[in-house]
Amino acid sequence: MINLATIIDKLELKVLTAEKDFSQISVKNGYTSDLLSCVMAGAPNQSIWVTLQAHNNIVAVAALLELSAIIITEGATPDPVTIHKANEEGITLLQTEQNSFHVVGMLWELGIRAEK
Amino acid sequence: MAANPPQRKRIISDQEAENISRVEELAYEIKVSEVMTSELISFSPEIKMYEVLEVFRQKRISGAPIVSPLGDLIGIISMEDLIRCLIDKDLDSAINKYMTTNLFTILPTDPVIEASKKFVSTNFGRLPVVDKDQKLVGMITKGDINRGLLRALETDYQEEEIRKYRASHLFEDIESDRTSLILRYQIQQGDFDIGGQASSNIKRALIRLGASKQIARRCGIAIYEAEMNLIIHTTEGGVLRVEIEPHQISIDAYDYGPGIKDVGLAMKPGYSTASDAVREMGFGAGMGLVNISRCVDQMKLESVWGKGSRLKMRLFLDSEHKNKESENQKS
Repeated sequence: MINLATIIDKLELKVLTAEKDFSQISVKNGYTSDLLSCVMAGAPNQSIWVTLQAHNNIVAVAALLELSAIIITEGATPDPVTIHKANEEGITLLQTEQNSFHVVGMLWELGIRAEK
Repeated sequence: MAANPPQRKRIISDQEAENISRVEELAYEIKVSEVMTSELISFSPEIKMYEVLEVFRQKRISGAPIVSPLGDLIGIISMEDLIRCLIDKDLDSAINKYMTTNLFTILPTDPVIEASKKFVSTNFGRLPVVDKDQKLVGMITKGDINRGLLRALETDYQEEEIRKYRASHLFEDIESDRTSLILRYQIQQGDFDIGGQASSNIKRALIRLGASKQIARRCGIAIYEAEMNLIIHTTEGGVLRVEIEPHQISIDAYDYGPGIKDVGLAMKPGYSTASDAVREMGFGAGMGLVNISRCVDQMKLESVWGKGSRLKMRLFLDSEHKNKESENQKS
């Protein structure tokens, strides 16, 4: 299974939350949507979520679903309160200038798939 | 692993920082007397080095204090001293020729952090512990400190486990005809900043009470959607009320307006009345109530336009009960 360190490295993602040993965090599946209720319904736990949403509530969703990390696309930037909350909940926030389509394509190439 | 050692990270995560500070706290809290070895193997000053060798070998120790017949500390003999003696082929000489007399000691009442500092500054592997009258009362090594700290951390961990255990036995320990625990949360309209707080608190409470991860997740999703509905769609917020019983969890989300015009339409997947601003944040997918119905065993939405809404949800915790209920509903 692919770990978060590999993803951060290959996709050249910026880590917004506290550094940790990302090689120990495994990523089972991927999911993308900007509609939180869809994420609630569709994102399996230990998956990586690609979205351009950057507000506070993405952390609540990720924490409830026990996601491995969130990739925030198109350079959207969460405010410090959101980053603080993510650190508290142990959710890793990653950022990229690329759009969601590009990111999902890269993740797919790394072997990450949607949940069957 | 060895070929590719993990890089040392400079930034410390909150979790790590928490652990470090706890260890540091403990290093100040725990006294030398709590971790030192007080049952000592010691030598008298006239003993010969070959006897020291024999004792080291038999007792598997690497150092020992030398004390006078009155119990005063005279010196320390370590493996290093013994090696020097062996190199000199001088095992017949007395211990006082090789022992170290330039001593750093520590008080039994000092915190272990003081001992740690002395280990760092002197490079010694062990320190004699002497009381105010210079009488030897024990020895302390780095290993003793580590063991002491680990023991204390383990106690911390066990205390958390006990708390979890107690919470999970709450229902067994209290005798009544029907025991339930009620959690209430006041949800403010428009307060997106703390949206999801109540659901994550409830999820944590359920885990502590011993609910399975699956139940906690289902509850978490259902309550999150109900919570966001109160934040997005109400005029003045509402209340989340969760009643936990051994056999079921009942969740009530109610508000005082504006109410739902067409409940049937509201239940339709994809139907939403959310404003553009709210949609921009990713809400208003029209999937909230659909998600809830997927996660709970029973759900009932009542609303009077102009008055308010009440969403009742229920999850059954024992499968037997659940099957019976669904049969009842069918008939």
